[in-house]
Amino acid sequence: MTQERIGRKRLVVGAHYGTRDFIVQRSTAVLMAVYTLALVLYAIFVPSLDFESWRAFFSFTVGTLPVGQLLATLAFLSVAWHAWIGVRDIWMDYAHPDGLRLVLQVLTILWLVAAVVFFAKILWSL
Amino acid sequence: MSDSATKPRPQFRNLGLTDLMFYKLPPAGKASILHRVSGALLFLALPLVLVPLFAQSVQSPETFATMKEWVSNPACKIVLLVLMWGYFHHFCAGIRYLTLDLHIGNDRASSQRSGALVTGVALALTVVFGLKLFGAW
Repeated sequence: MTQERIGRKRLVVGAHYGTRDFIVQRSTAVLMAVYTLALVLYAIFVPSLDFESWRAFFSFTVGTLPVGQLLATLAFLSVAWHAWIGVRDIWMDYAHPDGLRLVLQVLTILWLVAAVVFFAKILWSL
Repeated sequence: MSDSATKPRPQFRNLGLTDLMFYKLPPAGKASILHRVSGALLFLALPLVLVPLFAQSVQSPETFATMKEWVSNPACKIVLLVLMWGYFHHFCAGIRYLTLDLHIGNDRASSQRSGALVTGVALALTVVFGLKLFGAW
């Protein structure tokens, strides 16, 4: 990365978490969009959409590799990470007192971790 | 620039809730705030509605039947309809942001047009899938 200077002397540095969050938000979005389209296409073209075929989308294996579960995990972790960045941005915009913002951010993390654990438990016991 | 001095434009600073009712957002602004609202909605629904429904749908044929029973409840259908709109809007507006990131349609006219477009497409999709949900076809 080229060093950006403001004026002659000041070197602008940073933790670059803004850049990282920007990239994470976009790449998780693309992953979720692709997963959604795959699920929709599957639902349209599967001979009959019933319990067995629905479950198979999340539990199919390739050889011994649990590809359905791995892909669903990847998609759901993307949901959680994407939601964390988005909801954190909402708190940063509207919740100004530091204490309130901290509480809301912690609750957001608990909410998302609970969702991930709940989902993982269901998914990996298929 | 010259006529701006003679004709003062309304100014909105430190928007309060009362100002919001009179503040007219352009189409891209509407798509943007709805993107935020729909995202927050989906976040709240995640462990409350979406994961529980998913759990019921995949565990066993019996729970699958229970899930279908839940979903046939009109109250549940209304919740799902709102969440469907949330997903459609967040999806469509999200695609728009990705294209804007690629510097496609960044000029004012086309970005306003695409803002109105994604809002409309999301509503149209909600109507189509809503009719399906409520058994119109």
